[in-house]
Amino acid sequence: MTTEIPSDDVTTTIDVTGESCPMPVVRTKQAVDDLAVGDVLEVLATDSGSVSDIDGWAASVDDVALLAQSETTADGRTVYHHYVERVDA
Amino acid sequence: MSSETTAPESGSERVGADTPDVEALYERIEDLESTVDSLRDDGPKKMTIIATKGSLDMAYPPLILASTAAAFGWDVTVFHTFWGLDILHEERSAELQVSAVGNPSMPMPNVLGALPGGDSLATWYMNREIADNGTATIEELVETSLEMGADLQACEMTTELFDYDHDDFYDGVTTDVGAATALQHMADADVQLLV
Repeated sequence: MTTEIPSDDVTTTIDVTGESCPMPVVRTKQAVDDLAVGDVLEVLATDSGSVSDIDGWAASVDDVALLAQSETTADGRTVYHHYVERVDA
Repeated sequence: MSSETTAPESGSERVGADTPDVEALYERIEDLESTVDSLRDDGPKKMTIIATKGSLDMAYPPLILASTAAAFGWDVTVFHTFWGLDILHEERSAELQVSAVGNPSMPMPNVLGALPGGDSLATWYMNREIADNGTATIEELVETSLEMGADLQACEMTTELFDYDHDDFYDGVTTDVGAATALQHMADADVQLLV
């Protein structure tokens, strides 16, 4: 998985920091449903399981492509950034 | 020699006689192919969970799987029966307890857990952990699952056995269903779980 962040391409950002399984995937799915094809959603999470979970979820659904995942650490707190694009099913 | 000369003749006769059957066979093959296609493309995956437990720790697995499977676009049915009904009971779902006894993973000795107030203490501890870790509450998971289209069902027999009212359940919960409904969903499901 690439760590490149297409920041200019982000249409919407959701913040699920502090929330744990299953909420990062659930909130991502709900946000993707509001996107148009071609829109990119950025998801900010602190749940370390979200890296594997959003990857697995994106691979399993037809209308989503995972563009990138990366992480940033500030003040000892790691935030995982996920970028998913709504695509034609 | 005579059998060799007559063989092709009888062979061609056989083909001629069978021609209508060959056409019928082609039709049959087309029918079968379309049946195979329809079986291949059977839509989203389906999951059916039977939720039978009403303790705080056992309420989580079916709800987490249900909401996640709904996020995957699966058809989800959770059939709640016996103590699993409390998960759908608006008031009781907020007061689910953890048993301090019989769970070796609890961070307290069984002998303490068996004292009066042991369950309350264990429940207080778990609720504190849930809040500290940003784990969703049971209410949040029930409402999210329903919002995402999971079919949460309340077994009618145990609803009556426990003297619950349909209005006691969250809005959107399916009532008036029994074991036959659960079995029907299980037979169609790709994933079946008893929790």
